[in-house]
Amino acid sequence: MSRKNTVRATQGAEGYTVVGTRPPRVDAPDKVAGHAIYGPDVALPRMAYGKILRSPHAHARIRSIDTRQAEAMPGVYAVVTAKDLSEVADRIGRVGESSVNFKFLCDNNLASDKVLYMGHAVAAVAASSPHVAEDALKLIKVDYEPLPPVTDVLEATREGAPLLHEGMLTKSLGGLGERPSNIASHIQHLKGDPAQGFAEAEVIVEREFRTATVHQGYLEPHAATADWSPDGFLTLYTTTHGSFDARAQVAEPLDCPLSKIRVIPTEVGGAFGGKNISYVDVAAALLARKAGRPVKVTMSRAEVLLASGPTSGSVMHLKIGAKRDGRLTAAKAELFYEAGAYPGSPVGSGAYCIFACYEIPHGQIDGYDVVVNKPKTGPLRAPGATQTAFAMETLLDELAEKLGMDPIELRLRNVAHEGTLLITGNRHYSIGAEEVLRATYNHPHYQAPLGGPHRGRGVAFAYWGNWGARSSAILNVNDDGTLALVTGSVDITGTRTSLAMQAAEVLGLPLTRIRSAVGDTDAMGHSDTTGGSRTTMATGIAVVEAANDVIAQMKGRAAQLWGLSAEKVTYKRGVFRASTPGGMQEMSFAELAGQVSATGGPVRGKSDVNIRKWGGAFGAHIVDVEVDPETGKVRILRYTAVQDVGRAIHPGQIEGQIQGAVAQGIGWALYEGYAYDAQGQMLNANFLDYKIPTMLDVPPIEAVIVEVPWPEHPFGVRGVGEVPIVPPPAAIANAIYRATGTRLAELPMTPERILQGMGVI
Amino acid sequence: MASVWIPSLLRDLTGGQATVRASGRTVAQVIEALEAAYPGMKARLSPGGELAAGLAVAVDNIVAPLGLRAPVAEESEVRFLQAVGGG
Repeated sequence: MSRKNTVRATQGAEGYTVVGTRPPRVDAPDKVAGHAIYGPDVALPRMAYGKILRSPHAHARIRSIDTRQAEAMPGVYAVVTAKDLSEVADRIGRVGESSVNFKFLCDNNLASDKVLYMGHAVAAVAASSPHVAEDALKLIKVDYEPLPPVTDVLEATREGAPLLHEGMLTKSLGGLGERPSNIASHIQHLKGDPAQGFAEAEVIVEREFRTATVHQGYLEPHAATADWSPDGFLTLYTTTHGSFDARAQVAEPLDCPLSKIRVIPTEVGGAFGGKNISYVDVAAALLARKAGRPVKVTMSRAEVLLASGPTSGSVMHLKIGAKRDGRLTAAKAELFYEAGAYPGSPVGSGAYCIFACYEIPHGQIDGYDVVVNKPKTGPLRAPGATQTAFAMETLLDELAEKLGMDPIELRLRNVAHEGTLLITGNRHYSIGAEEVLRATYNHPHYQAPLGGPHRGRGVAFAYWGNWGARSSAILNVNDDGTLALVTGSVDITGTRTSLAMQAAEVLGLPLTRIRSAVGDTDAMGHSDTTGGSRTTMATGIAVVEAANDVIAQMKGRAAQLWGLSAEKVTYKRGVFRASTPGGMQEMSFAELAGQVSATGGPVRGKSDVNIRKWGGAFGAHIVDVEVDPETGKVRILRYTAVQDVGRAIHPGQIEGQIQGAVAQGIGWALYEGYAYDAQGQMLNANFLDYKIPTMLDVPPIEAVIVEVPWPEHPFGVRGVGEVPIVPPPAAIANAIYRATGTRLAELPMTPERILQGMGVI
Repeated sequence: MASVWIPSLLRDLTGGQATVRASGRTVAQVIEALEAAYPGMKARLSPGGELAAGLAVAVDNIVAPLGLRAPVAEESEVRFLQAVGGG
């Protein structure tokens, strides 16, 4: 198979001096030395400690809440319930990558009439110490009327299932269902004539798949500290993906103008999508306002698992048809995604991604957003896509086997290209899907024999669309020629470094000259959340524009000094030059920076962008496993992840993102899943019983960078961080099949399920 | 006239057609033209004068931040897409 379409990352490619190199992360020293301030580290004078009372029931009506004894307890400064929240309209707002209904968001912060999952917040206390606050919680009397719960997504759709929201009718495009239902919405995509496509097929495979509810598994819990000034201004320190979105989520429930709220984002100790939604910010702000002093609320590990937003468990029915030569003729998917307690699962993006890797002439996708008595789901790295890739890529493997084709050749035969019209109605633009598949096929891992018993190799391919949106950047020139780069994008993955590198490349200056920081909501223009793998790409465009703005302004200053017009001045690699009647003039960036006061005052480059075109990304993974036939334990022997990143700004950080996502995907594939009993009680709200992978479970992961530059970014950057979590469960399932002969269609693929599949138990 | 992609849940109004032609210099005007040809379309695409919840519009393959006010050229491709939520 040809290698000619494969483009690999080359350090210093195309004359770059900073892009493509691997400098130390600018945030590393603070983090390694323990200086970095994370959410739970914030401490203010007179600060009180907030704790939240949570529902013991999965589903119950709240008859009354009596807080009098708690309020009278010495050391208690404030007690709040939903009555302290503003009346919020039933209105949809954009938060991060997703939409939220602010009324539901309010109810999720503090339940008003019903609790909808075990751990649902009911009241909160601020006290002189965390222990006093915990004791005070025990004095709050809540009279519940328990109701039957439903935690299974298909059970929730059945006639007669307990209704979480009695008045909820199923929304479809422009229509409403006739009877109340737990199905919050139905989406549908249709291309061509699926019946015709299946009639043309010579081979058809279909299967039902299930995936478990899984958590992002970040180590730092949610934490927020709220501080009100006497004149009614709120300062909120919080661990979040996006300070502007955090501000919006507090403003609505508090009925407070945005201008009166300043959000200062802390360092983030892991998030993976999970800190887009506020879970403690509102409680901290309400308590602080009532107590008249700063209040910090920090979740415990159990609270994080019980009451923040995991991603959806799902049930998916999938059918695909193909000709004997491997060409797909039709595809059909029915997707049921848990939304948790309130509508808003990622079924839309699951539907968007499921067939996006392939050219398929006929297809239909139906997606259902279903409420169940579990915590409201939240974004998790490529929200919704890992579930559907597990189904599609496993079924394709089955198809390849039936056709007697190599699994990658089957994918190459159907791979999407620029211009491919998807079943969803979207059309691909400038993608590197084929390049990724060819690089995967040609990789030594794929070509190497895999010997030994009970061993198997699996592959999977996946797409994630990424995002653009709003970003803001400023670049201040200091008198000594150093610069301060500030953006409104929270740094979760090392973006302070990858953004400063882009500025350094444009300016032709060493990276060490640029200090890179994250600004708060008062300092910066609106910047959307660090999500959708958008920051190095979209904020990067703002940074490049700000750097070009600096160069343009500095040329003007040089022109003043040399008595020229600015267009006569050139700039290259840190030196301004111009030809004057007196001869060639030359001045370094640092020398000219020393003259800015004399030539008009400070120089500050700035840019505010709203990026409407962004490049989707593809990744293909190869995994070798060994399955113990007696215990069912899966050992991962070798893992290779190939991905189109557009242009690698910092290859080391990209490799880290890919390796981290694969580790997370291994957990999703083999170990993780919320466990509930029949009463909707979560049974594993801790990291002993909810197992995430440790270093003993994760093999060395080789990340292979393919570069098909995205034409809308000055350096060609595409989003990186999300797509590598999408293929692992499917790749591992396919490898387990090759090792055992057992096709598993349910996550996690535990030893018990493997042994059941093998007929051992 | 612009080429307009119709979401499947609205194709009952177009007799099953996935793509139709409609004139208009903005998305709002295109919807007016669709309404004239396929009555009932406006109420489902833009109830209350806003783009329906859960719907996005892409003009020439770019999701249009201006929504109903987004400009449409003579040969534009207009796609009403179900918005992709991240969850």
